[in-house]
Amino acid sequence: MSDKIISKKEVEHIASLAGIALSEEEKELFTKQFNEILSYFHKIDELDLEEVEPTYHVVELSNVFREDEVTEPLPLELAILNAPKKKDGYIKAPKII
Amino acid sequence: MLSAREIVSRVKSGELKVTEIVESTFDRVSKTEDRLNCYVTILQEEALKRARLLDESASKGKVHGRLFGVPVAVKDNICTKGVRTTCSSRILANFKPVYNATVIERLEREGAVIIGKTNMDEFAMGVSTETSYFGPTRNPWDLTRVPGGSSGGSAAAVAAGEATVALGSDTGGSIRCPASFCSIVGLKPTYGSVSRYGLIAYANSLEQIGPMARDVYDCALLFSVIAGHDPRDSTSVNLKPKDYTVFLREEVKGVKIGVPKEFFGEGTQKVVEETVWKAVHKLEDLGAEYDTCSLPSLEYALAAYYIIAMSEASSNLARYDGLRYGYSEEFTDTDWFTYIAKVRRNGFGPEVRRRIILGTFTLSSGYYNRYYLKALKVRTLIRMDFEKAFKRFDVLAAPTMPTPPFKLGEKIENPLELYMCDIDTVPANLAGLPSISIPCGFTTSGLPVGLQLIAPPFREDLLFRVAYTFEKNTGYVKEEPEVI
Repeated sequence: MSDKIISKKEVEHIASLAGIALSEEEKELFTKQFNEILSYFHKIDELDLEEVEPTYHVVELSNVFREDEVTEPLPLELAILNAPKKKDGYIKAPKII
Repeated sequence: MLSAREIVSRVKSGELKVTEIVESTFDRVSKTEDRLNCYVTILQEEALKRARLLDESASKGKVHGRLFGVPVAVKDNICTKGVRTTCSSRILANFKPVYNATVIERLEREGAVIIGKTNMDEFAMGVSTETSYFGPTRNPWDLTRVPGGSSGGSAAAVAAGEATVALGSDTGGSIRCPASFCSIVGLKPTYGSVSRYGLIAYANSLEQIGPMARDVYDCALLFSVIAGHDPRDSTSVNLKPKDYTVFLREEVKGVKIGVPKEFFGEGTQKVVEETVWKAVHKLEDLGAEYDTCSLPSLEYALAAYYIIAMSEASSNLARYDGLRYGYSEEFTDTDWFTYIAKVRRNGFGPEVRRRIILGTFTLSSGYYNRYYLKALKVRTLIRMDFEKAFKRFDVLAAPTMPTPPFKLGEKIENPLELYMCDIDTVPANLAGLPSISIPCGFTTSGLPVGLQLIAPPFREDLLFRVAYTFEKNTGYVKEEPEVI
């Protein structure tokens, strides 16, 4: 196996996809740690999994339905109670475009 | 220290008042909490107010509830209405849920008194309770050592008498690990048997809320209260409510115990191996039969577990945006993406960031098939190996942890080394099986060792019966840590 599974550049890219800013030192540290962790993950490559079905969930439940009954919704003031910045019943957010 | 069972009976007989019990619990908290740091939030006023209400109804002859007057500690990733629920993270340090988790409703319905919200590894990601934003919890048996994690606050509180019983959650061992390290009883229930409604999600396909207690009876009692169907959790299984304490009898004659060799791998310390084998032989003396066996796929369980857990975490923790709730910063001069990336950088600790980023990687296009899908296939092999084993055996026995509790700071700089601590606990989560950790001895320096028992789905009754028989015929639960 090559010594680098993931490069610093890739770590930067993935972190930005995950919406997490990283400091320079952290990029170095995470790149080193990620390579160690991912190389451990590659242990599962020893197995022949071609014919094996994946298990997404261990409980054999499917199509869990309930009656479509109207119930009391959460009042607006409670729904946004924990929002740090709000105005007139709306949550304030930074510029999107 | 009184057990939950004794508290309920003494309150019912009028021998004790709930107020007295709750006050004595806070006495203990005031004596040991400075050293242990079990709680993120202590609810002294609220608990005493509730105690007075319960006493009032008791004075009118109304003592209803299987946990009437019992002081309970609740892990801080379980939502409590109006009481901050932090996940031991800066990002939720001021978060006050507007509803109760189903398990909280069930506790309250049975007369329990919530003492406080317990410390944990941030977002339940860890085995030592050292990643908490609110500082580490210490092990009551040795203050220089970790209590285990991630439900370390709950375990330390129960072991030190800062609560009678506690709720934890277990994604890859987070109830059983600290139960083992603090010498208490902890159950990871069958997936789907306890509602996850109101449990702040880390890895939904793996985690369950479960009971932690000083003995098997209290563990079974608390489980009887929290288990059961909940329409608000679509993975909740439609089970009839049961009183699990009726299964507690000293009877293991003919119980077939399998001891899989994969649980005694190279990282297992000799003292753990010997202590666990001694426990297996004790069960044999009591009438059980045992044989060794092999579940070859378990060698791959830890890698598969971390891939799945991190992948699910990356998706679950995408909700923290610093806008709808939680930690926030000024944003007058920043755009949307820069703001969110900054809030998530400052709001999450390093281990949480690592897992989110790695999970984003293992789910990303081009890598999904190489990591996530493969891990799910390994999960199938593990399930099949367990199914096969349970054709031969009633329960499986193993160490809960490969080592006794380690020192604070000993492993925290090396993530992979910490992950390795989960090696014996993750298989039960991957297969959705019930698993209990019970005290089974101490090292020569007095550090606890835990025995793990695993049963087929929904056979908690069998786990409780074997654990109860072991407990009644050994003295380990009676030991108390010196900190008390």
